[in-house]
Amino acid sequence: METMKIHDVTANDLPWKIRYDASRCTLCGSCTAACSFRAIAPKVERRRLVWSESEYPEPKSRYSAVPVIRQVKSIKNYCRGCGICEKVCPNDAIGPVRNLDTRHPIVTRCLAGDSIKRGGRKNLEATVRTLDKLRVGRISQMTDPSLDAQRHTFDMLAPFGRILPPGKLPFKVGADGRLEKDGQAPPVHWIYPVVIGDMSIGALSWRMWEGVAMATAYLNEQCGLPVRMCSGEGGVPVRLLKSRFLKYMILQIASGHFGWNRIVKAMPEMIEDPAGVLIKIGQGAKPGDGGLLQSQKVAPHIQAIRGVPKADLLSPPNHQGLYSIEESVQKMFLSFNAAFKFRVPVAIKVAASATSVSVFNNLVRDPYNIVGGFFLDGIDGGTGAAHEVSLDHTGHPIVSKLRDCYLAATTQGRQGQIPLWAAGGLGKTGDLAADAFKMICLGANGVFTGKLILQMAGCVGNDMGRCNACNTGLCPAGITTQEPALAHRLDPEKVAQNIVNYFLAMDQELKKLMAPIGNSSLPVGRSDALVSTDKAVAERLQIQYVC
Amino acid sequence: MCRIGAIKSSDYVHPSQALLLMQSQQKGHDNSGFAMVMHDLGGIFKNYKHLPTLSLACTDEGLKLAEDILHEAGFSRVLQWVPETFHRPGLDINAMPNYVFETFNYPKQFRNASPKEKEDLLLDMRLQLRFALEEGDQGYVYSFWPDVVTLKEIGDPRDIGTYFNLWQPDDHFTAKVITAQCRQNTNYDIVRYAAHPFFLQGYTALANGENTFYLKNKEFQRKLHRGYIGFESDSQCFLYTLHYVHRELGWPLPYYKHVITPLPFEEVERREDRDELLAIRQSLTHLEINGPNTIIGVLPDNTLFTCCDAKKLRPVVVGRSDKMVVISSEVCGINEILPERDWQEDIYPNEREIVMIGQDLEVQRWRQ
Repeated sequence: METMKIHDVTANDLPWKIRYDASRCTLCGSCTAACSFRAIAPKVERRRLVWSESEYPEPKSRYSAVPVIRQVKSIKNYCRGCGICEKVCPNDAIGPVRNLDTRHPIVTRCLAGDSIKRGGRKNLEATVRTLDKLRVGRISQMTDPSLDAQRHTFDMLAPFGRILPPGKLPFKVGADGRLEKDGQAPPVHWIYPVVIGDMSIGALSWRMWEGVAMATAYLNEQCGLPVRMCSGEGGVPVRLLKSRFLKYMILQIASGHFGWNRIVKAMPEMIEDPAGVLIKIGQGAKPGDGGLLQSQKVAPHIQAIRGVPKADLLSPPNHQGLYSIEESVQKMFLSFNAAFKFRVPVAIKVAASATSVSVFNNLVRDPYNIVGGFFLDGIDGGTGAAHEVSLDHTGHPIVSKLRDCYLAATTQGRQGQIPLWAAGGLGKTGDLAADAFKMICLGANGVFTGKLILQMAGCVGNDMGRCNACNTGLCPAGITTQEPALAHRLDPEKVAQNIVNYFLAMDQELKKLMAPIGNSSLPVGRSDALVSTDKAVAERLQIQYVC
Repeated sequence: MCRIGAIKSSDYVHPSQALLLMQSQQKGHDNSGFAMVMHDLGGIFKNYKHLPTLSLACTDEGLKLAEDILHEAGFSRVLQWVPETFHRPGLDINAMPNYVFETFNYPKQFRNASPKEKEDLLLDMRLQLRFALEEGDQGYVYSFWPDVVTLKEIGDPRDIGTYFNLWQPDDHFTAKVITAQCRQNTNYDIVRYAAHPFFLQGYTALANGENTFYLKNKEFQRKLHRGYIGFESDSQCFLYTLHYVHRELGWPLPYYKHVITPLPFEEVERREDRDELLAIRQSLTHLEINGPNTIIGVLPDNTLFTCCDAKKLRPVVVGRSDKMVVISSEVCGINEILPERDWQEDIYPNEREIVMIGQDLEVQRWRQ
């Protein structure tokens, strides 16, 4: 008998176990071929069959070599529970099962001497969200009629850009009694209140990115919804930079400044201005942590776009050399405003945190009026790779922090001057319209969402530790990979179609929520429309408590 | 649903006309009050148009308090009119002990001051009086302004008219512009301040409707100007926006409509003045109104106007004769006081216009 090796990794140490029924398996090989993590492999087992044919036991035995499918017991090729094997198996012979006894967090660190990294989902605190404790409670009735969501027109646009207080608008009264522009004002664009959040071309497969970009263009040009898409850090294909579709893209500059060389070089040939520039200071999924694109995903086209070798690309957690709001953020804003000749709004994205309101307060007092938006990102957001410890244990919920910022502006009489955009787990339950509506009532001008877009495309990950392998470059759905074979699993047209359809449905649902409160324009700050059955939530958000 | 009305006349008219205008519209509303603001005064106030008149409902103590404050500030009384009241059992009125209309001369140091300095002084005095009288519920200061008087009371409008003897026309108490409403506020607490019309620095506004953007409006307005206080009714917001747009920002009246009910983006895109309209919408989005509304307003130069919400969910009619223009929620009210007019010339304002009655009763319709 072989000596038992106590330190060997077994399936029971891993987060998922493979359920396999050899009697149903036809050995077609689909599952092993489809498993991008190589977490299952064919194996030959030696089987012994004992039988007796006489009236008295005369056991005979036969040995045979039987091919079977087995789980790979390795911390490198462990099963992520993505369920692709189950999806492709014609006979329901195989599938992952969550292992409640997993020792994965311990075993992995012990054996690898490295921290665990994974895709951006928070796997702790899977409780009821604050947004789900709010309801739309002020329903217009007899004297104040509800609107008909099917027949009335709705003005569902949100501003992106620095809003001047009314007294500072460059107006003079002309001879004919009309207001005429008399000076410059910061650029402001009115866009759909749901922005497709910043996911970089390195993080997503080129087919996924193409699908999202197609959806954005289609929503704008065929559906009349001026949806904007943020590029994420990491640059934009030059062909897109020079195309007329650039006007739908918000270009992001993050701490790594990846891809900006190409953007700057393409400027003379741009025929359209971008929709905006977003300076990412932090993100909600892993606040205080930088971007992490591991070398597995740095494919040749990523190297070309970013101008980097095939190596891990780590964006620092801060903009190096920028350490105060006064001198640094403003310097950046000035340069990026100037780069596009003050025609393009420049906004900032920070992670929700205990200090966000201080940052916001500083920005609203900005005397140069150049901060075109405050994008606030809370936990539960984020799609990129990061260390698991950051994903699970840092961050701040978005709802109360957004509310704090709005109320801080209200206290100063400056609400709306820097449009508030919020994200972080919005649409986590699949109902983005409801989440967006509630956030708008609490003071957001609009919301942005990233992870939900992945789910529209067919992402199989969830917040209970399923898949979340965006960092590995082995995304089984072809969404966050640069492996050609995996990326080809994704049909960009289907991705675009799903996103377009989801947005159309969501648009209808937003109207269905605006109609009963009698509003035909966005109810920004209409917290009187919300109620909560949770007293603590009601008090914290300053909305009506009902029971 | 409220009923509102306004009269602008080339001759001085008595408030009995306003009561008549409102009476036929009474069916359906709760007779909970009557309030009116009179601009361009005749009768006993005719010779004091340049001096501020205080409109006050108060206790004895409140009256003393108010007069002391004004005297201390240097104001000297030149006229006092206390309307004779006729109380009898059965009248549905929740009356204050005193109703006082007093005209004052400015303090010496302000007599040669600029109009703006005087106007700010009057506002500050009114605020000071309000705060002083609020303690112990000693009284209500409705207006303190030249050529303007205000009366508000809780009760049945018929009985309020009887109590103040307002059903009997006379030459003593008249004006060329009268706005009135026969209802107390129902959305919030019943307090005298809550009754329409509302007045601030020469501006008067009254509305029939619900302001579903009340919270947005209020949160924004309370930081805009020291005079934007109270918020006893959601429609006070309309007055403050009118005051802010027209007086504080100095924008012409047509822009009031662009602020409260901005054009849909699709329409704005087709306009020549799209940049200005978008800038207005951006900066003043918190002054937008949503919900059903009809607004009647008066400007300091006695211009009268009316406009509606963007979906025209509440009615309003403008009727006119050679000597009078009347705005009313219901046409029956106009029939009452202008029975001989050509009703085919009545104007039913639409959701995208302002109907403005300027000097010499010239009626203009401005397309937004």
